[in-house]
Amino acid sequence: MTTSSTTSSRWRALTRHHLFWPVAVLVLLLLVNVPFTPDFFSIKMADGHLYGSLVSIVLFGSPLILVAVGMTLVIATGGIDLSVGAVVAITGALACSYISDQKDQGALSGVLLAMGLGLLAAVVCGLWNGFLVARMGIQPIIATLIIMVAGRGVAQLITDGQIITINSEPYKLIGGGYWLTLPFSIFVVAAVVAVTGALTRRTALGLLVEAVGGNAEASRLVGIRSRRIKILVYMFCALCAGIAGLMISSNTSAADGNNAGLWIELDAILAVVIGGTSLLGGRFSIGGTVVGALVIQTLTTTIYTIGVPTQTNLVFKAAVVIVVCLLQSPKFRDKVFGAKFAARFGAKSGAKPAATPADPAAATEAAPKMEVS
Amino acid sequence: MSATTQSPTASDSRTPSKAARLLGDRRLPVGVTALLFLVMYGVGLGRYQFYGFAEPQVFLNLFIDNGYLLVAAVGVTFVILSGGIDLSVGSMIGFTTMFTAWLVERQGLPIVVVIPMALAVGAFGGFLMGYVIHNFEIQPFIVTLAGLFLFRGLCLVISKESISIGDASVSSMAQAQVSLGMGFVSIGAIVSLVVLAVAFYVLHYTRFGRRVYAIGGNEQSAMLMGLPQGGTKIAVYTVSGFCSALAGLLFTLYIQSGDPLHATGMELDAIAAVVIGGTLLTGGSGYVLGTLFGVLVLGLIKSIIQFEGTLSSWWTKIATGVLLCAFILVQRFMTTRKKT
Repeated sequence: MTTSSTTSSRWRALTRHHLFWPVAVLVLLLLVNVPFTPDFFSIKMADGHLYGSLVSIVLFGSPLILVAVGMTLVIATGGIDLSVGAVVAITGALACSYISDQKDQGALSGVLLAMGLGLLAAVVCGLWNGFLVARMGIQPIIATLIIMVAGRGVAQLITDGQIITINSEPYKLIGGGYWLTLPFSIFVVAAVVAVTGALTRRTALGLLVEAVGGNAEASRLVGIRSRRIKILVYMFCALCAGIAGLMISSNTSAADGNNAGLWIELDAILAVVIGGTSLLGGRFSIGGTVVGALVIQTLTTTIYTIGVPTQTNLVFKAAVVIVVCLLQSPKFRDKVFGAKFAARFGAKSGAKPAATPADPAAATEAAPKMEVS
Repeated sequence: MSATTQSPTASDSRTPSKAARLLGDRRLPVGVTALLFLVMYGVGLGRYQFYGFAEPQVFLNLFIDNGYLLVAAVGVTFVILSGGIDLSVGSMIGFTTMFTAWLVERQGLPIVVVIPMALAVGAFGGFLMGYVIHNFEIQPFIVTLAGLFLFRGLCLVISKESISIGDASVSSMAQAQVSLGMGFVSIGAIVSLVVLAVAFYVLHYTRFGRRVYAIGGNEQSAMLMGLPQGGTKIAVYTVSGFCSALAGLLFTLYIQSGDPLHATGMELDAIAAVVIGGTLLTGGSGYVLGTLFGVLVLGLIKSIIQFEGTLSSWWTKIATGVLLCAFILVQRFMTTRKKT
């Protein structure tokens, strides 16, 4: 009896961890591939590079992870950033057009300058968004809509309506190159995630962001410079989008003002939500977002590998999104699995989180119950 | 617009509820939007009067060219007033054009049979989303985002190619002109104004309308007061789905074809129109009449750019963005000045 009760409480603690359902879906999606591609999990070494489905999922998912990590902090302050797709396009366009004007496109200094220029433009976009949201008090969805609409026009203006193709070895590295047998972009993503994680969880910054998201006015009254935090967060989000823009344009060696990063903002928001961050702000999980972005990329890859007809892609995606969100909804679990779970584990009310002191995961999971709108 | 709509104060942290200036505050954004519309129209008159901008038909064209957007935006107004959001609007419009074109052209059904079918599908889609949002407590943003993917995907399932409509009854309906003396409007424009009038009545003079405001203002209080918040929420998304499908039908008439990429991103136009019209995205505060002015302003931006003529496609995007920005800032500036 004792052993079964400890396993059940461990199981319950596990299912209530905020990463449980996203990771479960990710594993499930990965396993779905195995019957279709038997060597799905194998990783081969060729030309000194690692190849395999898992590596390519991370490689192709890199821009999305970056954008989603930036978006997580914006959403944590109770905002939203619709302009990231346009920022991706602007950054790529600026960097590529600068490189294409160089005599020697392979010169490292020119490439670095181009990247710096692109990222600077991205940060300026973020500053503008932050200014509108924090200083002018405009609703984030509308404030960022401006750059979403105008930004693609600016990107096309920079490239003169053309798709600029470049041929630059150093620039190729960021999005398509390899380093230490792995795609270079994986290192970029790892660095950004590590820095973000360290800044938000090892310093008080994460707490401040959550405080601003919880109640901006209250946090201002206790002495947090909530406006400054908001502006910083939008700038950070745009910077992440800028790096993603460099990556996308570097991977294709081209800048396409019209299509680069198209709809990436929706995928990024989706990744954030799948990762368990509430759109209402006040709480966030960087790890969850990374898992969420991987879920979306795995889904895309899976759709291609199992040979679903391309036109039903989106229907498929919608179905998975709904399933993931339903699984995450405590109310859904309560309604559907509630009775069974209760019977098996002797819990009085299935998925109602009764936070025991020894169960910190349950305590964090109790939060979303209050956040439902 | 009557003072009888006693909706609770919006949960905007900057406006503590001071009963004295409640009324003025609520109506001000709509007034400002209307005023700015007039100013923009005046600027247009001054700048392009020799190119025929002053003709009444230019004004009526705003309704002809944006009727579908108005219908969609009215549906979105309901959702936003209730504190939710609907991102599936553009996809639903695209899907309806595809659905209609496919049934009329490929299956040979008469348009009068197809219209109720399309409306029913739209309303059912909205109902489903509302059901999931309410019963499983998932954020509306995500459920309707899934709706966006679903309906766009269904468009492509019907056909990857666009289907043009050559059906005689559809063409005659599309080309019908209703004379107004100084000019004419299309059937679509009339339908959109009827929808606006019905929405105005429902929101301000019926119990359902008051529930929408109450839930958007403070859902907890609404629930404690015993309002059927679940039913209202589901109804609101059903209304939005219905309006999207109707907007899709109007769009089909306007453009006489179905295309899987029709109306991509139009949900953002609709949301922008609602917000420019002074409705708060947090819910509970705003007027459907503001939405009309929001749509007119967006339409006027487009027609001014057309009159400017020399602009290339990317300049159009930039100009739309800049005008949108100027508009939002001016409205913001004027409303805050009055408040303090």
